[in-house]
Amino acid sequence: MAEQYVAAVDQGTNSTRCILFDRRGRLVSVAQREHRQLFPKPGWVEHDAAEIWRNVTRVVPAALRQVGAEPGQIVAIGITNQRETSLLWDRATGRPIGNAVVWQDTRTDRLVAELAGDEGLDRFADLCGLPLNTYFSAPRLKWMLDHTPGLRARAERGEVLFGTMETWLIWNFTGGANGGLHVTDVTNASRTMLMNIASLEWDDELLAAFDVPRAVLPEIRPSSGVFATATEVLPGVRIGAALGDQQAALFGQTCFSAGEAKCTYGTGSFLLLHTGQEIVRSKHGMLTTVAYQIGDEPASYALEGSMAVTGSLVQWFRDGLGLIHTAAEIETLARTVDDNGGAYIVPAFSGLFAPHWRSEARGVIAGLTGYITKGHLARAVLEATGFQTLEVVDAMNADSGIALTALKVDGGMTANNLLMQFLADLLDVRVVRPMVTETVSLGAAYAAGLAVGYWPDLEGLRSNWHRAGQWLPNMDPTRRATEYANWQAAVQRTFNWIRPDQ
Amino acid sequence: MPGSVQSIERAAAVLRLLAAAPNGLGVADVGNALGLAKTTVHGILRTLHQVGFVEQDRSGAHYHLSDAFGRLGESYLDPNELRSRAINWADSLAARSGEVVRVGRLDGSKVVIVHHVFRPDDSDQDLDVGTTLPPHATALGKAVLAYDASGAARPKRLEAFTTRTITDPARLAEELATVRSRGWAGEFEEHTIEIAGIAAPIRGLGGLVVGAVGLIGRIERICDSRLRHRADLVTMVRATAEAIARDLRGDS
Ligand SMILES: Nc1ncnc2c1ncn2[C@@H]1O[C@H](COP(=O)(O)OP(=O)(O)O)[C@@H](O)[C@H]1O
Ligand SMILES: [Mg+2]
Repeated sequence: MAEQYVAAVDQGTNSTRCILFDRRGRLVSVAQREHRQLFPKPGWVEHDAAEIWRNVTRVVPAALRQVGAEPGQIVAIGITNQRETSLLWDRATGRPIGNAVVWQDTRTDRLVAELAGDEGLDRFADLCGLPLNTYFSAPRLKWMLDHTPGLRARAERGEVLFGTMETWLIWNFTGGANGGLHVTDVTNASRTMLMNIASLEWDDELLAAFDVPRAVLPEIRPSSGVFATATEVLPGVRIGAALGDQQAALFGQTCFSAGEAKCTYGTGSFLLLHTGQEIVRSKHGMLTTVAYQIGDEPASYALEGSMAVTGSLVQWFRDGLGLIHTAAEIETLARTVDDNGGAYIVPAFSGLFAPHWRSEARGVIAGLTGYITKGHLARAVLEATGFQTLEVVDAMNADSGIALTALKVDGGMTANNLLMQFLADLLDVRVVRPMVTETVSLGAAYAAGLAVGYWPDLEGLRSNWHRAGQWLPNMDPTRRATEYANWQAAVQRTFNWIRPDQ
Repeated sequence: MPGSVQSIERAAAVLRLLAAAPNGLGVADVGNALGLAKTTVHGILRTLHQVGFVEQDRSGAHYHLSDAFGRLGESYLDPNELRSRAINWADSLAARSGEVVRVGRLDGSKVVIVHHVFRPDDSDQDLDVGTTLPPHATALGKAVLAYDASGAARPKRLEAFTTRTITDPARLAEELATVRSRGWAGEFEEHTIEIAGIAAPIRGLGGLVVGAVGLIGRIERICDSRLRHRADLVTMVRATAEAIARDLRGDS
């Protein structure tokens, strides 16, 4: 019998990938296509959803072609996606209404302040686990409905559909305007601010607060479970899972028990700690989020520390400053010097996320002197990711009461050895990379394969996890303390940059 | 002019034009200057961009010669970029073979390890990235040495690490010819007792060898009962090198 595979579709911030995995969880083929980043105004970030779907229709066949696989050899599709990015489309024509508004977009900053009013940014945290911030979907959805004439009325009549990217993909995989299925999963829904974190249902109080008609919202499903059978791209293949990229990475790292954690280093970086079936409320700026739900089992939850700008700072260094040609060259440039020379870059491009949650902050380069070269700046770029991780780990440790003893990492930036060593040095723990760096895709594949019985249970998946690389701490404690203090002083200087009267 | 390749003549003309235009040129400028159609010029510029000879400004409207064009003798692929491109496939090879996987490239007369994946048995292992290997005594080394046209990497003195190390230049030349004809290199106790390895060259754009990927482990796992390198492992290593190469060439 021909080999069988699970196809993961990872609809990321910069690109869309299709990766095939075999029964041992080994990567068999990869096809990838980047899509355009649209910046119509300062602070605005958009994607063309039609372009993204077109890319899906190209990368999936390309991944099959690489290994000469037939669609019949694909047992399930697992979908994972950039989270919070929001889109509206016309139910009848299937055409997007405007561009998708991306998670990094800050156009809703004023709206968020208005919504917070006197009750503060945490006014909905009890219900949805999240503070008010431009990051999440609900303010964005409200903005879109408010700013397109006649749209809210059409939405109320059921002519308009809302979705994050997994919803858009599933709808298109199942026929689009011709009978497409309008669904989301609990992890993605938990990032909207519209879902009740305990009941896992759309919450009337939240819908009212954001003025969102229920008719636009997709049905919420478990993350792992057969959603539907695809009619497009891979006709006849079942869609077995959908989950947000960070939750997928937690799953792919086989963090199935309370207390297990991972950090994924991509465009942004996200540390997630599995908290079991308990909803843990953070006192230190972590988010409460759904980790996954398998079929009709109870959902698992996680605490999350989100860092908005990590890999995208490297991209800015490449595209914005033009100091390097590829992201990886930053390591070469950074190694031309021994240290940061006293320079610190705090990349508060869209405010600061965890643990600060300061929308009004903007980036700084602190400690700049005539001594600083592009090599020092390259180091500062990489170190920014390290320092942000330390802030998040400190907050997570304070919340959970247990100190992290090792950090499981994945994502594109883990190819950077200088950064991985800096992380180990700064956090003073072992940093461990698993044998699949594309853990986001692996997690989506695992969840989909479980749903169709390709894999029997979670325990079997654990035995696929192997250590591919490891970095051990080796930094003088005094130096660590000084560096961190300098960073914290630099962070202070980003606050209150955007002032209410502007 | 029999035997000459028109597109190369045109590419050379485009390079000359760009070299003389410090502020760069647009597609139309080049087309007008050479009397060529826009689509032709666009294709040439795109290819020159792909091979790293020209760059585009931020708007994408102007092309100019790259810095790298002035430093053609230097290695064109950044070692950290090689790791980034190789990481998925190297992981997959380690998971499949159950052995240590390494990616190396020539740096002067040594092979530098730019990427290292642990043997997937969760035992204690240390990252070897940055350490160097003698090219003549290792599979990874022979897989790049075989394609080093300059001879710069050819060791002056063939140091013996074991009794099996090749120390005779004529025998090494023969061995490298075998590597070229088979497309892969083997190692059998030439560097370390009881250790064998298999490596294959990674070919970037135009066929240039930019490094090699290989696995290494105990003889009884790498070789069959007749002490020949296992054919299934050779196939896996070569497929891995080809997958990385495909990624580097940008065709998936
Ligand atoms: N070797 C490297 N060093 C530093 N940053 C890197 C390296 N390779 C990739 N990156 C960064 O990682 C990001 C891509 O990682 P990926 O996991 O694909 O992210 P995403 O899924 O968010 O698009 C980019 O922002 C890029 O700048
Ligand atoms: Mg991703």
